[in-house]
Amino acid sequence: MTASLEVCGLAFAYPDGHQALFGVDLRIERGERVALLGPNGAGKTTLVLHLNGILTGGAGTVTVAGLPVGRQHMAEIRRRVGIVFQDPDDQLFMPTVREDVAFGPAAAGLRGPELEDRVRTALERVGMADFADRPPHHLSFGQRRRVAVATVLATEPEILVLDEPSSNLDPASRRELADILRSLDVTVLMVTHDLPYALELCPRSVILSEGVIAADGATGDLLSDETLMRAHRLELPFGFDPRSVPTRP
Amino acid sequence: MGAGHAHRLYRHGHSPVHALPPHTKLAAAFAFVLVVVSTPREAAWAFGLYAVLLAVVAHAARIPAGFLLKRLLIEVPFVAFAVLMPFVAGGGRVDVLGLSLSVNGLWGAWNVLAKGTLGVAASVLLAATTELRALLLGLQRLKLPPLLVQIASFMIRYGDVITDEMRRMRIARESRGFEARGVRHWGVLAKSAGALFIRSYERGERVHLAMVSRGYAGSMPVVDEVAASRAQWTYALALPVAALAVCLLGWTL
Repeated sequence: MTASLEVCGLAFAYPDGHQALFGVDLRIERGERVALLGPNGAGKTTLVLHLNGILTGGAGTVTVAGLPVGRQHMAEIRRRVGIVFQDPDDQLFMPTVREDVAFGPAAAGLRGPELEDRVRTALERVGMADFADRPPHHLSFGQRRRVAVATVLATEPEILVLDEPSSNLDPASRRELADILRSLDVTVLMVTHDLPYALELCPRSVILSEGVIAADGATGDLLSDETLMRAHRLELPFGFDPRSVPTRP
Repeated sequence: MGAGHAHRLYRHGHSPVHALPPHTKLAAAFAFVLVVVSTPREAAWAFGLYAVLLAVVAHAARIPAGFLLKRLLIEVPFVAFAVLMPFVAGGGRVDVLGLSLSVNGLWGAWNVLAKGTLGVAASVLLAATTELRALLLGLQRLKLPPLLVQIASFMIRYGDVITDEMRRMRIARESRGFEARGVRHWGVLAKSAGALFIRSYERGERVHLAMVSRGYAGSMPVVDEVAASRAQWTYALALPVAALAVCLLGWTL
């Protein structure tokens, strides 16, 4: 079976000469939920922007469900890779929630009842169907984050990429989002500094450090490895012991 | 964050005027303003009739007079200079209450005031009976260049976001003991404005990134279409047509 995402030897330097990635290899199978951990400046954002071809031109390849990321089928790649950006105010740019969720599928050419159906389903999946006609700035931050997820789900992506999904959320919204993510039947790559959240949601984690994948394994194992964690500037919250957390199915 | 669930200019209602498709109302208001400004200023009675026409629209839209008059105040700074005209304009002079005023200036002031007020009143009525979102759809339907519609749409979406950012910057300034008291403090305010500009610019780049990530390729997909029947057009255009009749009378009488 083809992997949802396959990254091979990806290296990239910005035009100013700063090299962010030094040969990243990563394979994510269909239906997996993987956390991408790493200190600030490790190259996480650079890697994410390569997944849908916003950044290109370095060495190496990225393949999404068998389709190589390249200029000739960019539209299809961007439909397959759904990126949820950190600030929902950046992600939600249309005047109403409904139009925003419709933006992706409409850009792909969907119209009429089929489009409405897609929008309704996406909003239902994140529990925001009652807010379709609201302007995004009248929603709470947690609600905006959920709508941001819906805008991407509406394109029926192969892989959902979340940039810091739990940032700025209160504990209840954080848990609600976790419930939603767990209920989705889609491959997830989650970029996060919230290590307990990674442990809760992602059975597998990879550590990106100084532009390479420094570790890849079960989230619980990585977080329990104090030497590894310290080497990559990763720290657990005070009093949090990954070994004492019950594992979820 | 925004105050209510609709823009404060809009007044929620279910009147026949509210129900009209946005592009018919836009066209009607625009045509009405054109007719008003092309009326000769000496035909004072014509402007009275225009006001009556607008009052009829307001009545049909169930907009109370108080609401309309309060919103008309927006006009005050713009017509302030009209008040000066009778004092500064040249030509023949006339004494009013012991002041020597220019006849030309008085006519000029009247012209600006009457036409301005009618134009603003028509816009206020339009804004009060049409949601912002619908106005955009109307402009789109009237084939305004898509780029302009997109810019207007982003203004509506991000106006509150940027106002909020501005408010947070002000709170941050004041929390550190800053108070704008005079010209000497303008430098700080100017720097804040600059910082706000850069922040908004960077947000623009992030928004663009998010748009491109979701398949944006230069044009916005048209999701909602608005359409109007012949009857709706007739109803909406009744206002400018009636005004046109008044205008023609103004020129011939």
